[in-house]
Amino acid sequence: MISLQLYKTLNTADGDLPLDVNLTIKNGEFITIEGPSGAGKTTILRMISGLLKPEKGHIKVDDVLWTDTESGYYLPPQKRKAGFVFQDYSLFPNMTIEQNLVYALEDKHDADYVKEVIEIMELEALKARYPQTLSGGQKQRAALARAIVRKPELLLLDEPLSALDAEMRLKLQDYILKVHRKFKLTTILVSHSISEIFKMSDRVIRLNKGKIIHDGSATNVYAKKYISGKFRFTGEVLSIEKDDVVYIVNVLVGNNIIKVIETDNHTAPLKAGDKVMIVSKAFNPLIIKIGD
Amino acid sequence: MIDLQPIILSLELAVTTTVLLFLAGVPLAYWLSENNFKFKPVISAIVSLPLVLPPTVLGFYLLVTFSPAHFPGNVLQEVFNVRLIFSFGGLIVASMIYSLPFMVNPIQSGLESLPLTLKEASYTLGKSKFRTLVSVLLPNIKPALLTGIVLSFAHTIGEFGVVLMIGGNIPGKTRVASLAIYDEVEALNYHNANIYALVLFVITFLILLSVHIVNNKFLKSVRF
Repeated sequence: MISLQLYKTLNTADGDLPLDVNLTIKNGEFITIEGPSGAGKTTILRMISGLLKPEKGHIKVDDVLWTDTESGYYLPPQKRKAGFVFQDYSLFPNMTIEQNLVYALEDKHDADYVKEVIEIMELEALKARYPQTLSGGQKQRAALARAIVRKPELLLLDEPLSALDAEMRLKLQDYILKVHRKFKLTTILVSHSISEIFKMSDRVIRLNKGKIIHDGSATNVYAKKYISGKFRFTGEVLSIEKDDVVYIVNVLVGNNIIKVIETDNHTAPLKAGDKVMIVSKAFNPLIIKIGD
Repeated sequence: MIDLQPIILSLELAVTTTVLLFLAGVPLAYWLSENNFKFKPVISAIVSLPLVLPPTVLGFYLLVTFSPAHFPGNVLQEVFNVRLIFSFGGLIVASMIYSLPFMVNPIQSGLESLPLTLKEASYTLGKSKFRTLVSVLLPNIKPALLTGIVLSFAHTIGEFGVVLMIGGNIPGKTRVASLAIYDEVEALNYHNANIYALVLFVITFLILLSVHIVNNKFLKSVRF
């Protein structure tokens, strides 16, 4: 069980903002922190790992004190059993993948453990290569493996998948879930992707301007806002064409251009470049599986 | 026959200075890159002073400081039996101070250019600051280390004012190649001066050339 209470002033683009969070996390829980940039998500992870000191507060993991500003106690990051996976991978460029993993070993004689992790993470073919020769997904898989070799109790993932393409993300999500279960970790993930959050987390913390605004299961947190009988997409107006008595508005949604027919009085306030929302009631949506 | 002693002395001085300066410069550069304190600009300015100060000014102050006539030169002389003026030991100390920015500045900016998460990753893997410096940070700034070593070496070979002031041009003891050239020219031995000058020219050019070749290769192979 992890209990934390943290206070720190964030220097954001909109001026100083107090980050003030109070959390209790059960062992083995998979928890996602979500929220707009500058809300303090990464700051929380950094304070838990010991890379950053809070101004006020405490962190306690299984009755072991990690941080307590009142008594001035501060366990250095080296002593905290927390694996940290960074968005930019942070593999050491002077070492091969295997050497990166061996470096993380606490006990040098435990080389068999590195072998085991290499097998689980399917890094056999890559272990002799240097990080700069790998793709983003391979690097993040190696970085995750390296964090596991440390045998952490707590796994901290700071937007580890945000630089990867969709297919790679899905694969890595599976790897993360696999190690989370296999090594019985408590995992804290920072993520923006709702599908990722639904797939992975037991619990979601929504953060805004340094405060927790929602705390619960993914379904509870997103139900009101995102799940409804309507399809709702945001997009950008590309052009408006006149066709007899109606207007055709071309809207870019993701990579698709959607043509919407509108009458004069609706298109009047619209111009190319506007951000718009397309809403449609769906009474009988069809669901079709694509690819594998 | 030309006397090779000054050239050998120059090389001995440059090698010793570079080795000692590397051992002192890496911790200093690391300390400067890690910490941000109020007086840091003062320290940085002192480290960089030899870049702009006339060597004779530095040499003069060192001469005064190490003079056995007063403190601290007299303590060194009487307690440790070390005399730093007009001696090879004095040349090494003076050269280390004179070449300090050439060692510290490249290493410091090399360390500062590394992504912060590199050392943070090492800390979260349970490794100490020392282990992180030796195993992660230094191996990833090899070009900066090489630049520091080579510039210090070449700069020490090229010293004139400082070694003249504190070393006093004693043959076989403190007369390095750059001083020998001056002596030969004064004695109108242009032939000998030419040989000394050419040797220094070739050595320093080859060293700098090799650095640029090596660094070029390294930069092509590593991307962060």
